[in-house]
Amino acid sequence: MLNNPLDFEKPISELDDLINEFKNATKEPQMRADAETKGIDIEQQIAELETKRDALMQQIFSNLTPWNEVQMARHKDRPYTLDYIRAIFEDFMELHGDRTNADDPAIVGGFARFNGEPVVVLGHQKARDLKERQLRNFGSARPSGFRKALRLMKLAEKFSRPLIIFIDTPAAEANLRAEEEGISSTIAICLREMSVLRTPIIVIVIGEGGSGGALGIAVGDAVLMLEHAIYSVIPPEGCAAILWSDRSRAPEAAAALKLTAKHAAEFGLIDEVIYEPVGGAHRDHPQIAESVKSAVTRHLDGIKRLSEEELIDRRYQKFREMGRWEDTDFTSAVVHVTNSE
Amino acid sequence: MARGGWFRKQSRNGASVASVPDGLWSKCPRCGEISFARDVERNLNICPKCEYHHLITADQRIMLTCDEGSFTEMDTGISSINPLAFPDYDDKLNVDRTKTGRKDAIVTGLGAIDGNRVYIGIAEFGFRAGSMGGAVGEKIVRLFETALSEKTPVVLFTASGGARMQEGLLSLMQMAKTSAATAKLDQARIPYIVVITHPTTGGVFASYAALGDIIIAEPGATVGLAGRRVGNQDMGVKLPEDFQTSEFQYRCGMVDQIVHRKEVRSTLGKLLMFLSEAPVYAK
Repeated sequence: MLNNPLDFEKPISELDDLINEFKNATKEPQMRADAETKGIDIEQQIAELETKRDALMQQIFSNLTPWNEVQMARHKDRPYTLDYIRAIFEDFMELHGDRTNADDPAIVGGFARFNGEPVVVLGHQKARDLKERQLRNFGSARPSGFRKALRLMKLAEKFSRPLIIFIDTPAAEANLRAEEEGISSTIAICLREMSVLRTPIIVIVIGEGGSGGALGIAVGDAVLMLEHAIYSVIPPEGCAAILWSDRSRAPEAAAALKLTAKHAAEFGLIDEVIYEPVGGAHRDHPQIAESVKSAVTRHLDGIKRLSEEELIDRRYQKFREMGRWEDTDFTSAVVHVTNSE
Repeated sequence: MARGGWFRKQSRNGASVASVPDGLWSKCPRCGEISFARDVERNLNICPKCEYHHLITADQRIMLTCDEGSFTEMDTGISSINPLAFPDYDDKLNVDRTKTGRKDAIVTGLGAIDGNRVYIGIAEFGFRAGSMGGAVGEKIVRLFETALSEKTPVVLFTASGGARMQEGLLSLMQMAKTSAATAKLDQARIPYIVVITHPTTGGVFASYAALGDIIIAEPGATVGLAGRRVGNQDMGVKLPEDFQTSEFQYRCGMVDQIVHRKEVRSTLGKLLMFLSEAPVYAK
């Protein structure tokens, strides 16, 4: 059932395999006859194993560490953007190119219907096999990816289509070519333009929310996050390297960074945590797709009622209020710096 | 212009990188030249031999840039807290508060540059490497919003390692918060000029630092998204000598001009004058 089980998933995966063996056995008449003569009730065995597995899963998943959440967010069996697009949307028509010099496969997007209504959908795209992972650059967008995203956003605005955006990236590409093509500037422009885009924007963090590469297309009216997704200012490995010069201490850094969906909700940085099936989104693609669909529908219905002015004001205020600080100087006394002798 | 005494002010927060303790000699981190600290300081903290632009404090920058006595600081009470209870962060904040005499990594206020009234923000690199957390983001947005309400231009001097790691996702969101405020300046046609100084990287270069109407950079500054070692370079790619410097970014089209520290003030004066002139056609 799990193609790429994580270490802490292995006991579950072993039971899955056993259950599958029993299930296969029921299909073979010879085996059935065998079991009957020995007085073994295969169906009952399967039911017992499933109960056992579900209990184990419940136990393991109610005790995940922040590092386990990082592993879950990066899970190779986890549904990716195109999986959600196929499951939730109809008539998806992919659009390509940044109209400058390239088409970045790390970001996909286009027209589609959501509950019958025309929308623009886009997101980072990861992949499972090596060849496609390289093609998708592991979900790390280049400047052309952000330019394509912005182009699709402007299309959405022009035709008054709501935008639905999926976030799943380790980080923006930061190699020589990306620098030459203005990766920082492109992200900055996306941040600025999204803040004043005159159409509803719903963002769903489905896996990795990797710093500026994620936020660059994540300035939304509603930001939703899957239970086992992460959203972080820096990858835990990078944080550990900076703090302790030791990337292997990433699990400690993951705990310190408070990068889970639960924390993001506590800090008021996201609007809703979308709960996953026990065991994670990858165990039941149709179920998580349904949960995502209903959450997006609910938020979109609310946001669509706002006028364009209200929408823009509300979005500005939403991000304006993010961040924590203290002001010890309510009297607004001014300090004068003079440069006279 | 009696600006000769400005360098004495630096002892207030002692963050000058140019000076060795007791301040007699100074060694250039680039060319290794040993000079009289006083000579370096008189030279606007530029190495007399190789023109290396040393880091300077916000106070020094104000003295270099603003008309004498014109600068009034605002939002002086805003400082960082430790919302994540991040290990050692409180201690680091306290150390830097003592070291720099500042509450956080940016100084904002109202001043004048060659007679032009302007809202100014100056990064204090000595404080947590100029990184942007909640306090910095809030101060920048208040600066933008005040400038907006008074229809006054903004000049920002950047120097930052990026978003402040110890405030986690809260600090990442400062990129969106500050960038959104620049959109308001655009809509209101308020001039916004960025002066990139060494070093300007990460989430700061990927947000408000890259959004100026005009972006100028001091020579030799480190400017880029991820550091030389952090970015994953493709196999066999040889990085240019000046990768992620002002000159590199200028070549790539990210910077309008590279301006020597001695010319920054007059350049800003000219730009502000140019941008604030009434249009030649009726609207």
